[in-house]
Amino acid sequence: MTFNGWFQIALFGAVVLALVKPLGGYMTRVFTGERTLLSPLVEPVERGLYRFAGIDRDQEQHWLAYAGAMLLFHAFGFLVLYALLRVQDLLPFNPAGQAAVAPDLAFNIAASFVTNTNWQSYGGETTLSYLSQMLGLTHQNFLSAATGIALSIALVRGFSRASAKTVGSFWVDLTRTTLYLLLPLCIVYTLFLVSQGIPQTLGPYLDVTTLEGGRQTLALGPVASQVAIKMLGTNGGGFFNANAAHPFENPTALSNFVQMVSIFAIGAALTNVFGRMVGDDRQGWAILGAMGALFLTGIAVVYAAESAGSPVLNALHLSGGNMEGKEVRFGIVASALFAVVTTAASCGAVNAMHDSFTALGGMIPLINMELGEVIVGGVGAGLYGMLVFVIVTIFVAGLMVGRTPEYLGKKIEGREVKMAMLAILCLPLMMLGFTALATVVAAGLAGPANAGPHGFSEILYAYTSAAANNGSAFGGLTANTAFYNTTLAIGMLFGRFFVIVPALAIAGSLAAKKTLPASAGTFPTHGGLFVGLLVGVILIVGGLTFFPALALGPIVEHLAGAAGQTFGTGG
Amino acid sequence: MTRPSSSSLFSAALVGPALVGSVKKLDPRAMIRNPVMFVVEVVAILTTILFARDLATGAPDLAFSGQIILWLWFTLVFANFAEALAEGRGKAQAASLRRTRTETSAKRLRGNGADYETVPATALRVGDVVLVETGDIIPSDGEVIEGVASVNEAAITGESAPVIRESGGDRSAVTGGTQVLSDRIRVRISAASGSTFVDRMIALVEGASRAKTPNEIALNILLAGLTLIFVFAVASIPSFASYAGGAIPLIVLVALFVTLIPTTIGALLSAIGIAGMDRLVRFNVLAMSGRAVEAAGDVDTLLLDKTGTITLGNRQATEFRPVHGVSEQDLADAAQLASLADETLEGRSIVVLAKDRYGIRARDMASLNATFVPFTAQSRMSGVDLDGSSIRKGAVDSIVASVGQPPMASRGSNAAIAYKPSADSLEMREVQSIAEEIAKAGGTPLAVARDGRLLGVIYLKDIVKGGIRERFAELRRMGIRTVMITGDNPMTAAAIAAEAGVDDFLAQATPEDKLALIRKEQAQGKLVAMCGDGTNDAPALAQADVGVAMNTGTVAAREAGNMVDLDSDPTKLIEIVGIGKQLLMTRGALTTFSIANDVAKYFAIIPAMFLGLYPQLQALNVMGLASPQSAILSAIIFNALIIVALIPLALRGVTYRAVGAGALLRRNLLVYGLGGLVVPFLGIKAIDLAVTALHLA
Repeated sequence: MTFNGWFQIALFGAVVLALVKPLGGYMTRVFTGERTLLSPLVEPVERGLYRFAGIDRDQEQHWLAYAGAMLLFHAFGFLVLYALLRVQDLLPFNPAGQAAVAPDLAFNIAASFVTNTNWQSYGGETTLSYLSQMLGLTHQNFLSAATGIALSIALVRGFSRASAKTVGSFWVDLTRTTLYLLLPLCIVYTLFLVSQGIPQTLGPYLDVTTLEGGRQTLALGPVASQVAIKMLGTNGGGFFNANAAHPFENPTALSNFVQMVSIFAIGAALTNVFGRMVGDDRQGWAILGAMGALFLTGIAVVYAAESAGSPVLNALHLSGGNMEGKEVRFGIVASALFAVVTTAASCGAVNAMHDSFTALGGMIPLINMELGEVIVGGVGAGLYGMLVFVIVTIFVAGLMVGRTPEYLGKKIEGREVKMAMLAILCLPLMMLGFTALATVVAAGLAGPANAGPHGFSEILYAYTSAAANNGSAFGGLTANTAFYNTTLAIGMLFGRFFVIVPALAIAGSLAAKKTLPASAGTFPTHGGLFVGLLVGVILIVGGLTFFPALALGPIVEHLAGAAGQTFGTGG
Repeated sequence: MTRPSSSSLFSAALVGPALVGSVKKLDPRAMIRNPVMFVVEVVAILTTILFARDLATGAPDLAFSGQIILWLWFTLVFANFAEALAEGRGKAQAASLRRTRTETSAKRLRGNGADYETVPATALRVGDVVLVETGDIIPSDGEVIEGVASVNEAAITGESAPVIRESGGDRSAVTGGTQVLSDRIRVRISAASGSTFVDRMIALVEGASRAKTPNEIALNILLAGLTLIFVFAVASIPSFASYAGGAIPLIVLVALFVTLIPTTIGALLSAIGIAGMDRLVRFNVLAMSGRAVEAAGDVDTLLLDKTGTITLGNRQATEFRPVHGVSEQDLADAAQLASLADETLEGRSIVVLAKDRYGIRARDMASLNATFVPFTAQSRMSGVDLDGSSIRKGAVDSIVASVGQPPMASRGSNAAIAYKPSADSLEMREVQSIAEEIAKAGGTPLAVARDGRLLGVIYLKDIVKGGIRERFAELRRMGIRTVMITGDNPMTAAAIAAEAGVDDFLAQATPEDKLALIRKEQAQGKLVAMCGDGTNDAPALAQADVGVAMNTGTVAAREAGNMVDLDSDPTKLIEIVGIGKQLLMTRGALTTFSIANDVAKYFAIIPAMFLGLYPQLQALNVMGLASPQSAILSAIIFNALIIVALIPLALRGVTYRAVGAGALLRRNLLVYGLGGLVVPFLGIKAIDLAVTALHLA
């Protein structure tokens, strides 16, 4: 570890923090329907869209209607994307002549992009046409991200409203998020990325002669526009197979830094939106504080583990950190930071191969996802995931001040606890359940590239990434099989919608409640004590469940490695 | 908080029946009410069956699995024991109540109202009218419709001094099981046999009719959810182990599962609820439901009647304020004479003040040849007539009006003709300004006049109860707003409110005002507690979230409230809030403790469980437990014993201190959160040492 390394981490944190208030303020105005800087430009378009779709922008929805609209919208999006992939060979913008996508892979891709996961069982440049990338994936990148943000705002409204029947309009939230937030930011961001050297073209792949005289095909395409939204919207699906490790997706140190910041920007700012909307900024900062504490612990462990390098190699007097699977141009700290950021948020873009991290370095991304990606998290998803944990925390510990639990003046009762537990239960069921299945059936056992604990980690990582809607891959797992494509897709769909719908139910039930004024007897939820408590509950309720699995994966791998034992290849 | 000392928790008389009860409660039909412990029971039954099979076929490690199974059953028995013990404490109280109820007969009046038939109390129906005479036990709850009687209510209140029950007014309710000591009353029965006050009290303290409160239901959902999470965590292990090339014995998986699920709070939850109810009963307050006790902890606003709660019931003379030209001594002398025969507490206080401050000794009415003129609602004054002179004291406006007329004693005599009333004489204005000053300061002015001449004003002061100011400060720290309810005018009310330190007051309050105030507070989302006794309090009692009816009150008030204070002490509202908070805190503290325990249990069992697969995992055995088997056994023994160890805390409750929520949270988090993390590490290690020493594993 070096001073320079820690400085980069500190700078990253400072830039993200500096963005929280301005972005949060702007987003609050967008979601409360106020005029913004962009209104003169965007409002006519917004009106036009409502008129075209027959939406009354003042017509708010009950949470059930909101959930219904969201599910219907995604079912439609899912079918369109699936169909598009299945017939891409017949459609234009296919200069590389990609064939139609196989049914199981198309199912997996559709599930993956609709759920904001962007798990990729395929290599983009060898599988998809430009049309599929742009109309199918980039389009879903926008809408799945906008949905996450809309949902989190609906939940925030549950806290900020009193005795209300409605939680907002899904159509309006979706439209405003896209028009006022994602599109403008992405346009600017895309131009920046182009300036850094990322291609943005509809032209065909280039055949070039290398310096040694060999011939090589350079894959190109409308890359910059997709990279912009894949980061901002925490989608993570790369244009190329190598994702952000590819020089055309992430060419410079600056682009790497900005990409990391853009993963956290909206998620972190949403905590500020939360604070503003409930009328107490400190509440937002407390939540961000809990996220920050978990994040800093994570990066410290990964950076330390990667800097220390492999104990097996160290024993052979090969000193130095672990550079396997990392881009030399990024080095250890930028790779470690990227890995923690991308798994803390549900982005899943990678600039290094997590499979090649040290056992402990690879364990932190795994834990980040197992906690439900509440450390900043996916845009929107991180906030509502965190609020679900807040509800559990308040319920467990709130009684200790001698009152029935309440948060921000809302009584937390049976219904909220039931929905919060449903949302929390879904993740271990998908992650552990499918891992348990894959580790005993032949189709599952055929996947991992390594034997022993590392192979186990590869399987566990895949299902964890899918259910948490992260989409990053540990690598090493051969996932483009009917078994993995199908089970991972199911994991993604459950991991998304079985969290969203309970969260919306909580929003509806909270909005209908009265808001109690705070008093000296009210559980304080803005201080360090609460932050510590929240972190504790997240680790114990969210994390301990995975202790047996982690013990058999990265922990034992680390202990064995320290003792000089390796497990070879398997699969 | 003061409360009557409770009997020893583990007295032999309670423990014996509780042990029997805890085995009886193993019946799965009873167990299913508690989801966490029901799951443990299902697991225990299945493993016992498998154990029996293994015993027949002969399998390795039978001694080990036998011990684990034994401790599973112990866990269940300990959980039941906690509940049975809590119920037992209530039952002991109920038993004495029940004795009063047996074999009562009633004198039911026939339609003509003149003669009666003797029927068993159990045959009475609502609406029947019974005659209760000296020595009779009142057969059922009801309302006195005719007569006055002194009644011994020791059976329900424990207070042996008899109380007066009379028809009409606010003291008309009688309770079945209490005894008439003198006189006779006619009582209209208001509760059928089996649903009387005493019946409900018995059912509640025994825990028989205890419905789960909303918070308990929600907590059970959380515990069930956590249990399900650990089902996933444990059920996936066999596959993981098989991938690693081994297998985990079922009994070890069972041990991990049972130690991880929140058995501690699951086992103690109902005991905590019963004990909370029990604490109220010991405090001579009867809650009609557990929901009411929970609500008491949540109260945001307390409505307190001024008289009897904030101030002593009577006012006292504290000062004589003469008008210009009259000495204090003269005024004191006149006031004392006017009060000599006044037997009211206020009158006495005037005599006492005159003696204490001006050395005016009591005089004999007869020797002075004085005649007492008693207070009447019409004249609103009282006094004495002596030797052609008359002294009056009373409400300022009445006295002032009276000096505008000929003096009473000389009315009709010639002197009256010479009397020249002056509508706004100097004295009148002076008296009125003094009176206003006193009222502003929260006192009650009494004007004194002799022979039509105003002498001055007696300052009667409402005496705020000692220590009440501190109580209100305490409540404020708890985040509770206090509102004083009084019939006084706003000026007086404001002064007393300031002196007592209440946050707000409602002056010249009518029952409608009270109800409106409660609704207004509730509209803001606040929970309101109040106490009351009169029939006109009933709507407000019913509207309040916690309505404490005084036992001396009317049937209507008692029906409307959700708690009854058997001592009829309105100050108790403050303690009731404390008991509610204590109940909730105990529940929260033990939940936190239970969940925090899991960390140590994981570290005990996970390395032990996987050691056969990966010997490297020995590094996770941070407690240095002797062997995998002893580690697993120690964890499950700790899991069972911690239930027993926490029973006293569950029954007595976590101490509540009236500090802010932040300080309370910090303290409880330190004790029960951090304690919950650390204690099991130490406990499991200690048990492991014992297990190893005894060669149990």
